[in-house]
Amino acid sequence: MILLQWTLTPELLYQAGTGILLFLLVVAAIFSVVQKDLLMAIVGTSLVSLILSVLFLLLHAPDVALTEAAIGVALTTAIFLIALRKTGRYEE
Amino acid sequence: MIYYIASIAVMLIGLYAVLVKKNLIKIVIGLSLMDAGTHLLLVAIGFIKGGTAPIFSEPGLTADAMVDPVPQALVLTAIVIGLAVTAVALALVIRIYAQHKTLDIRKISSLKW
Amino acid sequence: MKKLLAAFLLGFIGYYLYTAFAGVPFGENKMEVGKDYLETTVPKTGAVNTVTSIVVNYRGFDTLGEVTVLFLAATGLGAILFGMKGKPEDKHREPSSILTTGAKALFPIIVLLGAYIFIHGHLTPGGGFQGGTIIATGVLILILGIKSFHANHALLSVMESLAGITFVVAGILGLAFGKNFLENILPLGTPGQVLSAGIIPIIYIAVGFKVGAELAGVLDTLMSTTRGEE
Repeated sequence: MILLQWTLTPELLYQAGTGILLFLLVVAAIFSVVQKDLLMAIVGTSLVSLILSVLFLLLHAPDVALTEAAIGVALTTAIFLIALRKTGRYEE
Repeated sequence: MIYYIASIAVMLIGLYAVLVKKNLIKIVIGLSLMDAGTHLLLVAIGFIKGGTAPIFSEPGLTADAMVDPVPQALVLTAIVIGLAVTAVALALVIRIYAQHKTLDIRKISSLKW
Repeated sequence: MKKLLAAFLLGFIGYYLYTAFAGVPFGENKMEVGKDYLETTVPKTGAVNTVTSIVVNYRGFDTLGEVTVLFLAATGLGAILFGMKGKPEDKHREPSSILTTGAKALFPIIVLLGAYIFIHGHLTPGGGFQGGTIIATGVLILILGIKSFHANHALLSVMESLAGITFVVAGILGLAFGKNFLENILPLGTPGQVLSAGIIPIIYIAVGFKVGAELAGVLDTLMSTTRGEE
């Protein structure tokens, strides 16, 4: 109980959350590069954009976060998916 | 500091995809990852501890307690241009696929000399 | 072998990038230009959002160039995909009636959200680029949900041209009043009101329409070229 009280300060939670988000960012980037199924790779890039948008909000850049959420998560993914529908789904 | 390391890592992962991968859509994904890493790096450089967003939404806010707005304006421009670059690159990919019926750059012989 | 070479090169580049940025302190105040912008943005431009005032007012000429780049990208994409018309009825699945009804119901709300974001660009986070993108997303939902939907390219190009002309005319009016290109000529008003900040809302609304029309045109061009003959 005492341990919980001094470990869970807001500052520590903030830093731990940032660390986890950055780790997930790198993991999602690696996932989208090594994945053979291009559909999953595109979902990976979309995840990178989503995490990036949350990180911009944590860095006090709401304008950039809004842009990244609208362009990176929605439109770039849509354009990639359209291109994928017109080409092949799997990487040989 | 951890922000710098993560964003450089994302940039390098994108560069690896551009250098090594054979699939054209994978190469475009790599380009967009390099974009993302650069954006995070620029915004992280402009961050100031204890600062708030550069919007004077309440009367009491002063310029001392705000993060740097210049990298944010830069990155806002860069994201939109990145979308335009991705769209044109994917249009080229669609055109190449219609011509050659493959996305493998080893099989597209008209790109060699 | 190639992968090993690439990994070696990446390690090299990564090491030098790290040493370059290790000297930049994180989270400390190192503003030079930014401080000046922050201190003068409310008295000089009347806009509350500093990022908007930098994008539209201090660096307005850059934004004009950026909008031109976006226009060139949309035109170039149309030129690259020109003549790629596949069979109209290939193996696309029909959208279900839930998707069709949902798309019709959601589209006005999405356009309203986009318009709110670019009209309030100088007060809250957001602006022309974000609002225009959100409107284009609404058009994407229509394209996906309604089978016979095709964007009216003539209307889109008229909207885009009018928005571009508004931007340039707002700049030239500054010259006509004996000031610089894109300098503010309207009264600044009370900071925090919707009708304030001079020409910033006008330019951002024009940018919003232009970006929305261009991106909707790009999406429609991409969607209408179907898969090449099998």
